[in-house]
Amino acid sequence: MSPLALIGPPSATFTPSEVSYLSILPMLIVAGAALIGVLVEAFAPRAARFTAQFAVAMLGLLAAFAVIAMRAPAMIGVTLSGAVVVDGPALVFQGMVLLMGAAGLALMAERFGGRGPDAFTPSGSSVPGSQAEGLAERLGTTTEVFPLTMFALLGMMLFPASGDLLTMFVALEVLSMPLYVLTALARRRRLLSQEAALKYFLLGSFSSAFFLFGAALLYGYAGSLNLGEIGRAVGTVSGRGGLLAAGALLLFVGLLFKVGAVPFHSWTPDVYQGAPTPVTGFMAACTKVAAFGALLRLVYVGLAGSRWDWELVLWIVAGLTMVVGSVLSVSQTDIKRLLAYSSVAHAGFILVGLLAIDRAGIAAVTFYLASYGFATIAAFGIVLLVRARGSEATHISQWAGLGRRAPVLAAGMGLLLMGFAGIPLTSGFTAKFAVFAAAVAHAGAAGVVLTVIGVLSSAVTAYVYFRIVVLMFFSEPGGAPVDVLRPSAGGATAIGVGLLTTVVLGVFPAPLLALAASASQFLW
Amino acid sequence: MTTLPLSLPTAVAAADAAVAPAQGMAGVAWLLVALPLAGAALLLLVRRPLERVGPIIATVLSWGSFVVGAILLVEMIGRSPEARAQHLTLFSWLPVGTFSLDAGMLIDQLSVTFVLLITFVGSLIHVYSLGYMAHDPDRRKFFAFLNLFVAAMLLLVTADSYLLLYVGWEGVGLASYLLIGFWNWNPPYASAANKAFIANRIGDFGLGLAIMAMFATFGTVTITGVDRAAQAAGDQAGTMLTVIGFLLLLGACGKSAQFPLQSWLGDAMAGPTPVSALIHAATMVTAGVYLVVRAHPVYDHAPVAALAVTIVGAITLTMGAIIGCAKDDIKKALAASTMSQIGYMMLAAGLGPVGYAFAIFHLVTHGFFKAGMFLGAGSVMHGMGDRVDMRTFGGLSGKMKITWATFLCGWLAIIGFPFLSGFFSKDKIIEAAFVGEGWRPWVFGLTTMLVAGLTAFYMSRLFFMTFHGKRRWLEDDHPHESPASMTVPMIILAVGSVALGGVLQAGGFLDWLAPVTGGHAGAAHHEPVLPIPVITGGTLLLVALGVGLAWARYWRADVPVTAPAGSWLTRAAARDFYQDDVNHGLLVVPGNALVEAATLADDSGVDQGTDGVGRAVLGASTRLARLQNGFVRSYALTMLLGVVLVLAAVWMVQS
Repeated sequence: MSPLALIGPPSATFTPSEVSYLSILPMLIVAGAALIGVLVEAFAPRAARFTAQFAVAMLGLLAAFAVIAMRAPAMIGVTLSGAVVVDGPALVFQGMVLLMGAAGLALMAERFGGRGPDAFTPSGSSVPGSQAEGLAERLGTTTEVFPLTMFALLGMMLFPASGDLLTMFVALEVLSMPLYVLTALARRRRLLSQEAALKYFLLGSFSSAFFLFGAALLYGYAGSLNLGEIGRAVGTVSGRGGLLAAGALLLFVGLLFKVGAVPFHSWTPDVYQGAPTPVTGFMAACTKVAAFGALLRLVYVGLAGSRWDWELVLWIVAGLTMVVGSVLSVSQTDIKRLLAYSSVAHAGFILVGLLAIDRAGIAAVTFYLASYGFATIAAFGIVLLVRARGSEATHISQWAGLGRRAPVLAAGMGLLLMGFAGIPLTSGFTAKFAVFAAAVAHAGAAGVVLTVIGVLSSAVTAYVYFRIVVLMFFSEPGGAPVDVLRPSAGGATAIGVGLLTTVVLGVFPAPLLALAASASQFLW
Repeated sequence: MTTLPLSLPTAVAAADAAVAPAQGMAGVAWLLVALPLAGAALLLLVRRPLERVGPIIATVLSWGSFVVGAILLVEMIGRSPEARAQHLTLFSWLPVGTFSLDAGMLIDQLSVTFVLLITFVGSLIHVYSLGYMAHDPDRRKFFAFLNLFVAAMLLLVTADSYLLLYVGWEGVGLASYLLIGFWNWNPPYASAANKAFIANRIGDFGLGLAIMAMFATFGTVTITGVDRAAQAAGDQAGTMLTVIGFLLLLGACGKSAQFPLQSWLGDAMAGPTPVSALIHAATMVTAGVYLVVRAHPVYDHAPVAALAVTIVGAITLTMGAIIGCAKDDIKKALAASTMSQIGYMMLAAGLGPVGYAFAIFHLVTHGFFKAGMFLGAGSVMHGMGDRVDMRTFGGLSGKMKITWATFLCGWLAIIGFPFLSGFFSKDKIIEAAFVGEGWRPWVFGLTTMLVAGLTAFYMSRLFFMTFHGKRRWLEDDHPHESPASMTVPMIILAVGSVALGGVLQAGGFLDWLAPVTGGHAGAAHHEPVLPIPVITGGTLLLVALGVGLAWARYWRADVPVTAPAGSWLTRAAARDFYQDDVNHGLLVVPGNALVEAATLADDSGVDQGTDGVGRAVLGASTRLARLQNGFVRSYALTMLLGVVLVLAAVWMVQS
């Protein structure tokens, strides 16, 4: 008998993993739409390209959402050998990503009567409206933003449904790469945009590296990358606690970077300011939803058992995020940077709900993301409309007296800001109440402390938002005249949905809260 | 945080069982809020077509709410006293995890009283505004805000949970802000609106924390639930109840302009006069009293907090009266008087079961006569070129007969002229203040009694300076009576000022309130430390003295057109006892010092903020923002530092 025989031949019984195609159908649809988009870009005649791209992307999103809306109960299950877990939270987050993605896409498609999307440049070196740009437009196009967005959305859908750390990492990269490119495509203030994209890329890679390192350490601890396996290993494997704690925290670094939590938030203001405004809105809403979805799964499925190791750190991060985000928003003079810091503060509030480590926390986080996401897309949509000499009027002083020039628009912005501030009867109030209630009920003394910090921080942010409201309605317009563009039907719908959700989720939050609560059970 | 060894679910369940579900008209009680709210939405959304008819629609809807309220009252009287309180569940509001809260309405004697006061006075003021704002280009917006206010105020008083009450509380704050700043092209008016808003935020913060403390202690925030839990827990939860009591008091102080948050009310007079009458005299500013009475089970077991309520009331009623003596601005004098009268109500509410019903009684009568006087002041301003300086009025009684007569009724009512409204309600409070043991009855009783004399002085001063004495008009003044849309509401309110106190007293209003306020019947067992005739007689004597002094100085003697320098007390009172300077010293200066300290050498100087806290935040913000220097290497370093700190924390936990 040769020594080889002892080792034996390679196993002949390779079992392909079971694939539940229904479960991953929405992701397949979005991926398909993205690929068709690439083909359209290559082969469709230039004149039809915009319409075709927009139609393909929008139909893809709506079809994917329709599948979830109609077949959700049948879709639930673990598939692809545990790499993809489609459960209640995953479906709710995918649904949110799809709807917000559609709203973001509608804003990106805003042309204001021009030939191509208004916010994007066909050539980074040419001045808007110049001959060079005209030439670039004839040679190249800007419609590639649609397939890019679809690829990002694919990653965002996979992110909260990842069953193991490797899938999660792939999803993270799939959603990040297109965003880096999209960030660089602004048509106006191009240097700012390109600088922002480079920063986002460098820092994003930096944080991805931490994520990978954390995944490696956890593999060393549990012997598996599967989140469920890791969850089971916690408490049974002893003597390697250092690996677990360090790995968990490094993973958090990667995810906290994406949600923009302090001290991993420094990219947020620069990137939000530099990116084309529709992309900023898309990023602020969808990335946050996807990253919180992934964070929830990581915490609740994989690491809940070892909460003592990392809880304190996340409490501190949540507290810092609320305080730094709200305090820094006070001194901002650029509306996009201000909204960026406000998104940092919101990330802190959401973290408080997440740290309840209870199903109530999952429901609260879901509700918060839904109310914040639609509202923030609408807010950036409004920023897109306010122009001074063709370029967006992002300096806050330019918004003075807007209430007189464009009362409807200013009132809409006012409503959204009230929502961000958490004034009762807006969605923001219910959302804050939900996260704080969950934290107080389930996170003990730390929950109470975080809630007090949260309430104080929201008082600070309320000051910031009210300052803008006062500026819009009670100040004399000054300086260069400001124009307000009229949005197309798609853009108006995106803004309208944000306004509507702000009111409806504030007055009748019960249906969504009930949905979020009923879909708050993770599978593994 | 203290948690109680209570079986909360049973406590809550029992509480819900105590109040009958709504039947009959109470089933549509939501119309109370919905009608004016629909009006506000309609007027704000549909613009051009409603410029003309909008105000009338708003007025009709407000009367519609009144009709609903009146039917509710009639139905309620028809039921036996125990079955009068009804509860209407509207929809499931916040089902968060195991905590679930319905939005609902609590229709009981207390809320119906407020509903009728708000809708009746509110609707009259809508009518008055039809005349007063007839020439304002933005009157559609004005009426929309008025309707919004009525809706929010009704929500506040009918809410079945403290959280829903908070929604109404913020709503009236918003409406008040919008209406104070209604003429916002005038920067001081806009800044008055901001001041009111900020002072109110401090109070609202207290109420918000109180609600959280209730939730943390009792696990419920419904009004009946908290009542039950507080009664069940009793003194065993004394500390938490005291904390909740103080936080509620902070909320009440902000909204009701009580010491030390009173400084905004005078400036709030920048709003149109009907607004001052409705919001800053009759309704919104009394919300604090409503809150304290509504939460009386909390105060029943928190004697320290209740005493604090009494002390705040005593300080404010004295301060308001002294300030009222020194103001020459007719609206600010009335505002000071409002502060003082609400001080009376707060004092009564702090006295415990003896005083709750009296506080509400005075609140209702005060709503009538003070609103009437504000409308009278508006009518005077209407005829005198929108001026407010009483030193340039004088002798108007001949030119504005109806205004004079209605104001006369209000004046007699507020000074407590026998058998007019104020006599019944204020006298009761003074008697109640004399009940007790030790030093308290003497201090509170004598204070209320002396201030009654002071009230007579400053209100007579106001009345005489405006309507009697020499005519000190400016050259181009042509005083004239106001149109019927303004005078009719004034007449109706004047009738109320005269008769309402007696009617309510005779009709057993206090007994009627008893099931909600815990029974004033207890008062029978507590005799005042002085015999009642002595108290009444002494009060009347002081009132007569006050009126006489005012007559000698402001009717018989000549009133100089420019204010004399006056004593230090007059000067201090005219400047609202330096409250603005105190705010500056307490908030702005330490805030600045904090910035200085926190930022070592601050040579750049901080932007002129609105207040010191704002400045401190802004300063910290500017400092922090320097970390955001745009260099990607610094950002990466920040992240790395974060990671290192995180890992260091792990290492420390692990080892």
